[in-house]
Amino acid sequence: MTYLAKPKLLRPDTPKNALGYTKRDYEGAISTLCAGCGHDSISASIVQACFDLDIEPHRVAKLSGIGCSSKTPDYFLGNSHGFNTTHGRMPSVLTGAALANRDLLYLGVSGDGDSASIGIGQFAHAMRRGVNMVYIVENNGVYGLTKGQFSATADKGSKSKRGVVNNDSPIDLVTLALQLGATYVARSFSGDKEQLIPLIKGAMRHRGSALIDVISPCVTFNNHAGSTRSYDYVREHNEAVNRLDVILPRDKITATYAPGELRRIVQHDGSILHLRKLHEEYDPSDRVGAMNYLQERAALGEIVTGLIYVDSSAEELHRYLNTVETPLNQLGVAELCPGSEALEALNESLRRG
Amino acid sequence: MSTMQPLQKCNDFVIKFANVNGTGSASANELFARAVMGMGVPVAPRNIFPSNIQGMPTWYEMRVSGEGWLGRSGGCDLMVAMNPQTWDRDVAELAPGGYLFYDSTKMLPRSRFRDDIVVLGLPLTEICTREYTDPRQRQLMKNILYVGALTALLDMDFKVVEGLIAHQYRGKDKLIASNLQALKLGYDEAKASLPCPIGLTVEHSDGVGNRIFSNGNDACGLGAVFGGATVAGWYPITPSTSVIEAFSSYCRKFRTDPDNGMARYAIVQAEDELASIGMVIGASWNGARAFTATSGPGISLMQEFFGLAYFAEVPAVIVNVQRGGPSTGMPTRTQQSDLLACAYASHGDTKHVLLFPEDPYECFTLTAQAFDLAERLQTPVFVMSDLDIGMNEVLCQPFDWDDNRQYDRGKVMSAADLDAGKNFGRYLDVDGDGIPYRTIPGTHPTKGAFFSRGTTRNAYAKYSEAGTDYVYNMERLRRKFVTARKLVPTPVEKKASQATRFGAIYYGSTSPAMAEAFAMLEKQGVHVDLLRVRGFPFADEVMRFIADHDHVFVVEQNESAQLRTMLINEGDVDPKRLIRVLHYDGTPITARFIAGRIADIVKENNVTPLRKQVAS
Repeated sequence: MTYLAKPKLLRPDTPKNALGYTKRDYEGAISTLCAGCGHDSISASIVQACFDLDIEPHRVAKLSGIGCSSKTPDYFLGNSHGFNTTHGRMPSVLTGAALANRDLLYLGVSGDGDSASIGIGQFAHAMRRGVNMVYIVENNGVYGLTKGQFSATADKGSKSKRGVVNNDSPIDLVTLALQLGATYVARSFSGDKEQLIPLIKGAMRHRGSALIDVISPCVTFNNHAGSTRSYDYVREHNEAVNRLDVILPRDKITATYAPGELRRIVQHDGSILHLRKLHEEYDPSDRVGAMNYLQERAALGEIVTGLIYVDSSAEELHRYLNTVETPLNQLGVAELCPGSEALEALNESLRRG
Repeated sequence: MSTMQPLQKCNDFVIKFANVNGTGSASANELFARAVMGMGVPVAPRNIFPSNIQGMPTWYEMRVSGEGWLGRSGGCDLMVAMNPQTWDRDVAELAPGGYLFYDSTKMLPRSRFRDDIVVLGLPLTEICTREYTDPRQRQLMKNILYVGALTALLDMDFKVVEGLIAHQYRGKDKLIASNLQALKLGYDEAKASLPCPIGLTVEHSDGVGNRIFSNGNDACGLGAVFGGATVAGWYPITPSTSVIEAFSSYCRKFRTDPDNGMARYAIVQAEDELASIGMVIGASWNGARAFTATSGPGISLMQEFFGLAYFAEVPAVIVNVQRGGPSTGMPTRTQQSDLLACAYASHGDTKHVLLFPEDPYECFTLTAQAFDLAERLQTPVFVMSDLDIGMNEVLCQPFDWDDNRQYDRGKVMSAADLDAGKNFGRYLDVDGDGIPYRTIPGTHPTKGAFFSRGTTRNAYAKYSEAGTDYVYNMERLRRKFVTARKLVPTPVEKKASQATRFGAIYYGSTSPAMAEAFAMLEKQGVHVDLLRVRGFPFADEVMRFIADHDHVFVVEQNESAQLRTMLINEGDVDPKRLIRVLHYDGTPITARFIAGRIADIVKENNVTPLRKQVAS
């Protein structure tokens, strides 16, 4: 928990992005989460990603469900509209918002209880539809606000703080998203911002449904021996398939790569995903291969992280619905109302049958 | 039987078609209804259908009323018995002296008929087998054949029916020819072998005027197009599905960009009703006009979201085409039994705006208006239709629209307002009417953003657990609903021909039966003033009406007297003064039922009007 408000005055040499904003302009209210909570690192990563990408804060709509993770949108992007909806139902509200205005960036923030337990239906259907969004799950395998019950992502055999063993099989949202047709699927760890920030940036520049499952240890209820979501356990079992750099069209490429080390993926908006391979055989454009790889590694007790799958030519819901380019919420009576003459013609046809 | 008196009625009788669903009878029956209307005679047809695709019994009950009574009357003067499964009950339902028309291809024993009815048999199957080779054709043309026969039996204008067929299949000459041939065949066969005309006849009249023949679901879909809805999230459920089908089809027609064929609307079939209303709330929060259509079980599923929209103050329009509840109830029968579930939907202290259309005209008008109300009041608005007006073709006044009308987008702060330094507190009661200002996401880079939530917050939308903040908010919401009382459509009153201490309150699809009951009661010398409620929270006129009468009948189509409960709750009315008149078997309420109940009670009370007593 951050107890003190940050000073309003900034040093004159505080870095600004291309829009003239400092990182402070992307921050939100003071977090009320526990000190050391992984979720706060994710919020900081979102702030950094938006700053780096020169995103205007008010062009982002941030939506969440209910739970510790769902409280976080209050703690970043204070100049963005936010909507803390009902438990497990953020995806439908986000879908409706995205339908109303195709020009904003939709950031959904959820947790494992919110997305994998009560909200698995809405999670699944939003992925299926290709809603243009960045969907971040802050995954700690446990219910924090109600004090430590297992969620549906908790591993079978893992132990709660009170020593209770979880007998239910876990739901892996990454595997599920791949199967359901999400077009940008990543997993990361809140303790590894260097990995996480570029993954968020890549997702924000992606067109289509992007899921980032972020393992985010709960320091209060799920950070003990026997937990498979503790900082120690995740560090030990983290199996990164690649490291990502997001290169914008305006950027100069300065990094150098050894031959065969780099894979370049160009997204629809010209942004380039530079993937440094950590596993020679891993191909993030192969959906079926990705699913197989996840299963193999999960059987070995490893947690696969990195950009697991991306379809750089993906489409999104508005394309499928063939909606006009102008956001629907900006259409007025002239564009929407057929008028009395059309109505009279209709009346006439209803008289004749 | 020698004492049998065949019914003799012109332009005033009930025909019932007993069919098997999935056999194409529905369109033939509707064609017949339109033919009667084409002769200028008002008709009120009602589908009585099963929750099934094919093979189950279905009835089409058609009231022909030269006087223009459109409520269900009950009874049956002419039965077109095309379903062997339901033969016995169909025959039993006929009034003495009534007419039974049936397919006489297969001989039936005398015991299957009645002595006090006129039996009219025509071998329809035999004729079709003789005339057609294709089995589907044999089935479909049998329906047109009986339309032809009825045209002869009821002495109708053959040209009118002919014209309708030509119009219905315009552009498809082959279909016109084959249908006309079947029509003529039925007509000629009836003329040749049956006593045409029978005692029931249709005569040209001018009772229809410029009215239109439409159904409430179509009208709601059209109202949503005119009302500016751009987003619809929905889930299929009987009897509301055709609202979205209509919206979709009118959008394709009226909202396709002529330059590039792109859609000025987005319709998403959700995975369930929770997601439907979630999408509506998300889109409305983001500044689009959005709606869903559903029925009872959907309303139950949406409860939590209604509470969110109420408390976070997000507009939403819900068309509820009510059916018989509770649980799955009677999916294909009508009721007005969701009033309480909608008026006080969701946990905690909530209240919602309800609108009660009486017919397709009001389904159109009130659906369009619902979007203005939802945005003005920043709250969910329910259009409380039902299966009776939603899924049946109803004769009603033509739709109208004022081209000068602008959408009322309510209190929305623009970037210019924010730059001008206007104080923005999302939940601040600036104007004293309980309605705060909102901003739409994306409005301004540094001003006007806020965090919407279902949890308590202060007037500036900051999270708060302070009791004072909570109470401020609840009191403001109460003020908002006082404001709503003045914005919902006003009730419609009708005075009895004499001063009376009796009143009757009713709403929605009860309207035509109530109008007819009023006339029946007046004839009997029973005087009752009428008030039709059109909105909730109740306009002041509603409570004044109750205050002005000693006894008020509350006529409803549910078992637990839901509107009565709301009147007592909202108006502190003495329950003894509100007398229940309840009909809830799933069929539409009838004038006979209403008038019977009211007359009994009024006579029991042995009334001498109070004012007269005082005068003498």
